[in-house]
Amino acid sequence: MTAALMGPGIAWYLAVAGFLFATGTLGVLLRRNPLIVLLSLEIMLNGANLALIGFARQLGDANGQIFALAVMAVAASEVVVGLGLIVALNRKRVPLDVDQLSTLRG
Amino acid sequence: VLLASVGNVLVWAVWIAAAFACLASAVAVVSFENPFYSALALIGNLGSLAVLYLLLSSEFVAAAQVLVYAGAVMVMFLFVIAYIGPRSDSPWAGGPSWQAVGGVLAAGALLVEIIVVIGLKAGDRLASAAEIRQAFGGPAQIGRLFLTDHLLAFEITSIVLLIAAIGGVILGSHSRRSANEVPPV
Repeated sequence: MTAALMGPGIAWYLAVAGFLFATGTLGVLLRRNPLIVLLSLEIMLNGANLALIGFARQLGDANGQIFALAVMAVAASEVVVGLGLIVALNRKRVPLDVDQLSTLRG
Repeated sequence: VLLASVGNVLVWAVWIAAAFACLASAVAVVSFENPFYSALALIGNLGSLAVLYLLLSSEFVAAAQVLVYAGAVMVMFLFVIAYIGPRSDSPWAGGPSWQAVGGVLAAGALLVEIIVVIGLKAGDRLASAAEIRQAFGGPAQIGRLFLTDHLLAFEITSIVLLIAAIGGVILGSHSRRSANEVPPV
């Protein structure tokens, strides 16, 4: 038994994915708080995930979903390291502002 | 035929609600001053994305999205925000700077680029999606693909997660030790 795609076509999903990616880019470029930069990175990754899953449905090929799951695992790792860095910065009383974080030396 | 068209209208309605919630909460994440509200908006964004994944018949990815992202990752975010304490910074503080203008221009250029490239490369092939079997995107198919075709990617994913966990522990213990050595300013 097969099923056709109901509702809007894949192009609509891709438009949402592109808008999400651009919004995340705007957040990464605009915001100074590293926490919100991390949240905006998550939006970018999710835009890419939506495009991958949309193309997987378009081609009827589940390999794109495998790719999306791998992106999710990488995003979880990135959040762990990023939040660890932010907590370490906070413990050292470094101001949480990406404009002032100009060196990597502790 | 009538049943199919009713289903089509229903899917359109759900899609419009989910896509609007998705875009609105993404803009909210970027524009809220308080990171706590941004994180809450991102939870809404991830939930509405899971609805879109369901409409694309990716049940397993939608479930993983809710469990991993909206559950585990966002709880970690909220915990760290609560630990650091609320501090707000307005994205538009002090009027539009050249950095803000450049950021908006770069993001707009990226959006136009994405739309143009997809429209040029795949625009005429996006009209009709493939017919899929009922089991498409279910746990059985995903599990079989992970353990046959993508076994190497599966194992590399586990190593990446392990390295991230070790990195988190090292970052945490290092900052605790140096906080004892160097008195806080």
